[in-house]
Amino acid sequence: LRRIAVSIVATITGLVLLLSFKTHGLGGTTAPAAALASPTGSSTPAATTGSGKAKHTSKSSAKHATATTSPTHATVSTTTGDAVQTRYGPVQVRITVKDGKLTRVEPTEYPQTEPRDVQINDYAIPMLDREALAAGAATIDVVSGATFTSDGYISSLQSALDKAGL
Amino acid sequence: MSPPVTPAPARARRMEHCMGTVFTVDIRDSGRWDEAMSDVVHWLHHVDGVFSTYRPDSDISRLQRGELAPVDADPDVAVVLDLCARYQAVTGGWFTPHLNGRIDPTGIVKGWAIERASDLLRECGSAHHVVSGGGDMQLAGEAAPGCPWRVGISNPRDGQSVLEVISVRDAAVATSGSAERGAHIVDPFTGRAVDALSSVTVVSSRLTLADAYATAAYAMGEAAAQWLETTDVDAALVVGSQGTRCPVSAWSAMVAPMPQPPSW
Repeated sequence: LRRIAVSIVATITGLVLLLSFKTHGLGGTTAPAAALASPTGSSTPAATTGSGKAKHTSKSSAKHATATTSPTHATVSTTTGDAVQTRYGPVQVRITVKDGKLTRVEPTEYPQTEPRDVQINDYAIPMLDREALAAGAATIDVVSGATFTSDGYISSLQSALDKAGL
Repeated sequence: MSPPVTPAPARARRMEHCMGTVFTVDIRDSGRWDEAMSDVVHWLHHVDGVFSTYRPDSDISRLQRGELAPVDADPDVAVVLDLCARYQAVTGGWFTPHLNGRIDPTGIVKGWAIERASDLLRECGSAHHVVSGGGDMQLAGEAAPGCPWRVGISNPRDGQSVLEVISVRDAAVATSGSAERGAHIVDPFTGRAVDALSSVTVVSSRLTLADAYATAAYAMGEAAAQWLETTDVDAALVVGSQGTRCPVSAWSAMVAPMPQPPSW
C-alpha cells in the first residue's frame, strides 16, 4: 500500500518536474499564453505563443500540448505526458499550468484492474497530486543527493530531469 | 500585449553510465558540442579505467597487488593520491583514502573527475554548463542569462522528493549520505559505518573539495555542522537522522523559495 503510493508520487513528481523544466526553458515566468486543453489533438500552438514554445514543445516528451492567447492574457496551458510504466502498471498524468505555476495534476491513467488498486487510488491520488505539487513546483535544473547507482538512477529525480531535457 | 518571444535556449545534453552511476552533462551555451561531449565521456571512462577498485585491471587495483610501480602508473594517480593526502590532513583524518589497509581514493575520484570535466568544457569554450554524477556536480556560469542554477537537494529519507532548492552560480555541490547505498561511509577511526546523520550537502567553488568535505563531515556525525563552520566552504546543509536541518554559513541566503501548491 505504501509502496504504490511512493511509486506514483515518484512518477507524478517526475512529470511535474518535466513541466517545470519546460517553463524554465521558456524563460521563467514569461510562459506562453492561455488555453484550452486538447488531450487528443496534436500539438498546435497558436501563432501568438511564438516559435520558442513551438520548438520546445516539439522537442519535449509531452505528447499533447495546446496553448492559445486569451484577451485577458491569462496564461494557461495543459500538457499530457507520456504514459510511464511502473511495476503496478502504466501511469499517465495531465498537468495544467496557469501563469507559470502548476495548478493541477490529473492522472489520466493509473492501475485500476484490481479492486484493491481502485480502493487505494481513490484516496491516494488526490493526496499525491498535492504532494507532487509541493515537491515539484519549483523549477530545478539538477538534483544533489547521496550517490545513486546505475540501477537507482532510473527512479531518481535526476533521471526525471534528464528525461525532460531530451 | 503578448509575452516576449524568447528563442528556446541552446542546449546540449548527454547522459553516460560510468563508475557504477550515471553522469549528466548539460551545456547551456549555443554552438555545437558533440566533440566536447565526446571528450568528456572519454575522460570519465579513462578515469574509471585508472581508478576503479572494481576492475582488476585498473591502475589502482594493480598498484594494490604490487603489480604496478607508482612511477609506472597513470600520472593522474599521483595527482589524486596527493589530493587525498591533502584532504586527509585538512579534515583531521575524517576523510581518508585508506580503508581496511587498502588504498581507496574512490571518495574523491568522482568529484575530481567531474571538476576536471567541467574544466575541459571551459577549455572548449563553454562558460555555462553542469556536469553531475551520482548526485554531485560542478556548475559553470548560469542556467540561462540572468538565471542562476537551481539545485534541488534530494530528501535523504526517500530520495524522491526535494527537501530544499538553492540558487547558485559557478559553484560545486556535493552530498554525502546513506540514502541508497546503505551506510557506506565509515568512521575512519573505528572502521564502523556511521549513521548519526541523514546527509551532508556542501557548496564550494570546486567539487573535489566539496566532495571530500561532505564525506568527512558525514563521517563526523554530530560535530559536522560545527566543523563545517570553521572551514572555508561557502555553505552547507546538515540533515540529522531525525530530519532536523542545520544550515551552515551562507546556506540560508542561497535557498530559493519553494512555490506553494495552490489551494484547490
